[in-house]
Amino acid sequence: MSASNGTKKNMNLKLLVWRQSGGKDKGKMTTYQANDISPDMSFLEMLDVVNENIIRDGGEPIAFEHDCREGICGSCGVMINGVAHGPDEGTAACQLHMRSFNDGDEIVIEPWRARAFPVIRDLVVDRSALDRIIAAGGYISVNTGNAPDGNAIPIPKEMSNDAMDSAACIGCGACIAQCKNASAALFTSAKIAHLALLPQGDPERGERVIRMVAQMDAEKFGSCSNEGECEAVCPKEIQMTNISLMNREYERAILANKK
Amino acid sequence: MSETITREAPAEIGTNGNGHHNGSAPPRVLDSKIPSGPVADKWEKHKFDMKLVNPANKRKFTIIVVGTGLAGASAAATLAELGYNVQAFTYHDSPRRAHSIAAQGGINAAKNYQNDGDSIYRLFYDTVKGGDFRAREANVYRLAQTSVNIIDQCVAQGVPFAREYGGYLDNRSFGGAQVSRTFYARGQTGQQLLLGAYQALMRQVQRGAVNLFTRREMLDTVIVDGVARGITVRNLVTGEIESHAADAVLLCTGGYSNVYYLSTNAKACNVTAPWRAYKKGAFFANPCYTQIHPTCIPVSGDYQSKLTLMSESLRNDGRVWVPKAVGDKRSPETIPEDERDYFLERRYPSYGNLAPRDISSRAAKQVCDEGRGAGETGLSVYLDFADSIKRLGLETVQARYGNLFHMYHHITAEDPYKQPMRIYPAVHYTMGGLWVDYNLMTTVPGLFALGECNFSDHGANRLGASALMQGLADGYFVIPYTIGNYLAGGAMPKVSTSQDEFKLSAHETQAHINKMLSVKGKRTVAEIHRDLGHLMWDYVGMARNREGLTSVLPKIQGLREEFWNDVRVPGEANNLNQNLELAGRVADFLEFGELLAVDALHREESCGGHFREEYQTEEGEAQRDDENFSYVAAWEYNGEQAPNLHKEPLEFEEVHLAQRSYK
Repeated sequence: MSASNGTKKNMNLKLLVWRQSGGKDKGKMTTYQANDISPDMSFLEMLDVVNENIIRDGGEPIAFEHDCREGICGSCGVMINGVAHGPDEGTAACQLHMRSFNDGDEIVIEPWRARAFPVIRDLVVDRSALDRIIAAGGYISVNTGNAPDGNAIPIPKEMSNDAMDSAACIGCGACIAQCKNASAALFTSAKIAHLALLPQGDPERGERVIRMVAQMDAEKFGSCSNEGECEAVCPKEIQMTNISLMNREYERAILANKK
Repeated sequence: MSETITREAPAEIGTNGNGHHNGSAPPRVLDSKIPSGPVADKWEKHKFDMKLVNPANKRKFTIIVVGTGLAGASAAATLAELGYNVQAFTYHDSPRRAHSIAAQGGINAAKNYQNDGDSIYRLFYDTVKGGDFRAREANVYRLAQTSVNIIDQCVAQGVPFAREYGGYLDNRSFGGAQVSRTFYARGQTGQQLLLGAYQALMRQVQRGAVNLFTRREMLDTVIVDGVARGITVRNLVTGEIESHAADAVLLCTGGYSNVYYLSTNAKACNVTAPWRAYKKGAFFANPCYTQIHPTCIPVSGDYQSKLTLMSESLRNDGRVWVPKAVGDKRSPETIPEDERDYFLERRYPSYGNLAPRDISSRAAKQVCDEGRGAGETGLSVYLDFADSIKRLGLETVQARYGNLFHMYHHITAEDPYKQPMRIYPAVHYTMGGLWVDYNLMTTVPGLFALGECNFSDHGANRLGASALMQGLADGYFVIPYTIGNYLAGGAMPKVSTSQDEFKLSAHETQAHINKMLSVKGKRTVAEIHRDLGHLMWDYVGMARNREGLTSVLPKIQGLREEFWNDVRVPGEANNLNQNLELAGRVADFLEFGELLAVDALHREESCGGHFREEYQTEEGEAQRDDENFSYVAAWEYNGEQAPNLHKEPLEFEEVHLAQRSYK
């Protein structure tokens, strides 16, 4: 757990950062010194400081993706010492604070690694495969204006809570980056579970899981072998039980299709 | 210069040829086009009066939607469902990242599920009053009417709203209201609503009804014969400047809080799309109406890159206080009850800790200015849950606010279960935006603005949980009707991106980029942005006065000169260059900041988020001047000259103007 405020002094750190000018470039690790880093900085603010120094020295800053910086947009995400989003559990890189590190630490920073996530530049990768999985069926087909009153179908509180747990996924891709198979099972199953748990999602349940799983495979994500790395690094603590639910949904849909 | 990619608009089409698209630029007149009749009937009547596009013709129209937040994604999905050919643009890698996702607290709707006296009229009334009587009545009434449909639509999409044990939808209270009308999904309501709209959008992408362009930043509006017919964008990966043509353009690009550098907005949020539309003839309305949110995590150091909001819903159960004595630096738990000043409860007994945002923020600033602020910097106030934990039990508080407490703990390393949170106001939302008529069209025909990007519904102050409501109302339930009326209005001449107007726009856009790269000075873009933020916060922030506003104008101009003489933008134009993207946005903020200050200087009254120190009551409350300032200030770009001011008078037929009181 984090140290309390004010107990830590500013730190000097050595960073090993993956630099790659574009998709065709081979890329290499480059060393940077990050000095006088406050423990209250976020990890991305530390990178801001390093980048400002690089620009002043006439270099090109490290490209990394980020936006909301409050752990909800899912833009950010890098491997920090081999761990997606770094050492703190349930935390995206933007909410990781430097108080989790110590003076003199060496920090290795790399982009997400997965065949389905080609590097665009430095730490920025192309995650559009995740959008295509959603497009394949991650929705309820209801046109605007079709809806009955919001209270027409009561939904048990517990069921709604479970759906919310799954729906909390921010689509950052950490689960895939950490998995040795680069499997997208946690991401895909979270959406399948969210919609399968709700009565509104029921009519398309079978079709949805078949199409989303097929798209996941087509994008060249690997298979799930129940390593659990995904759950361990998920900044929103999405549970692996979603994957079991997806597998059950898939079996059910395949059997139903055979009729 | 990089190659220009072109995309053709469809050939000449249209229904009746009454010709309003033909000929030279029509004069820009502020006609709000508010329908006649009683306020409660206006929208229904207007829906019937508006022309329709027949289903077979809809696919012949191309509509560009810029931005994929709540307004953009809901508009793009709904227009595609109706049969239009939609092109959606976002500068993110995915539409799901838009900053709507960060809204925590909830969305208002006049469902009256709680049987506590809510109604469409009450939501309308609260919103007009909350906006300090500076919003258009007709728009606000329509917003309240459509609010109920939004909840139904979102439930049908699978948005997991919070529920009661019986399975029915739960509500919470929010600032500025005495009824419980806020629907929520834990502290992630914006995320769940955006994912609902995003999923609806991706469904249309899969159908081929929406062509989705990610990692594209809109840099210009293309006007042909006085009508918006396309946009110029930069492909953020390759650096290519692309031209896209259409029959109408929708800007759904959010607000401009980042002109203050530090705000609760995401880092990439910017004013570029509306600002460049302004320079092409769209009027900018009420830029000085900015909202300072009372419950944010205080600034901790110079390196700080953004501020984090703690949902206003925390004020349901948290009590706001500071020590009574000036300079009391004891730790909060050791300060006895009778030495604490619960200043919101004291000053506003009927609303207490749920007083509206502008009022709560100013009250916090006042106690800090008096030297009674908490924390090392003295720039924070306590938000204390000790009483609620005693009253409700730890478990209930955990269930209601667990994720927010967790976030706070993460950022500050202080545990809010054990010691009070420290909060301070921060720039959060901007009520001003492109001027639009009742149909959401700007002063440029064919150019529409939705959501936070327009000025229309919140007056001088937005109530909590109303931003999500407005974004989705505009996208799901307003534009699908009003765009048909526009498109059915007349023959649309064919345009091609090989036309001079597109080429010129692409050329100017590229020249602007090249110019920024060629300065090769010493100051980084972030440094200049931070300097601008300091100027805006110090002189055009929570409290403004004539002297400060007059003196800040030359300072902003000077900083702008410094940017163009001494900025250092590294890298090149033809690849992913995040600093170049930022430079373009900051260059626009440096121009826009001046207009914001000009508007604040001209408005010699206090209203909502705009507080002029010269105009306050004896008790320190905002003092409006309805006789002279009951109008929308719409600014017209005038080149190097001072902008022209156009006034749209605000007429109140339903709501009686009064000094806003929450006592």
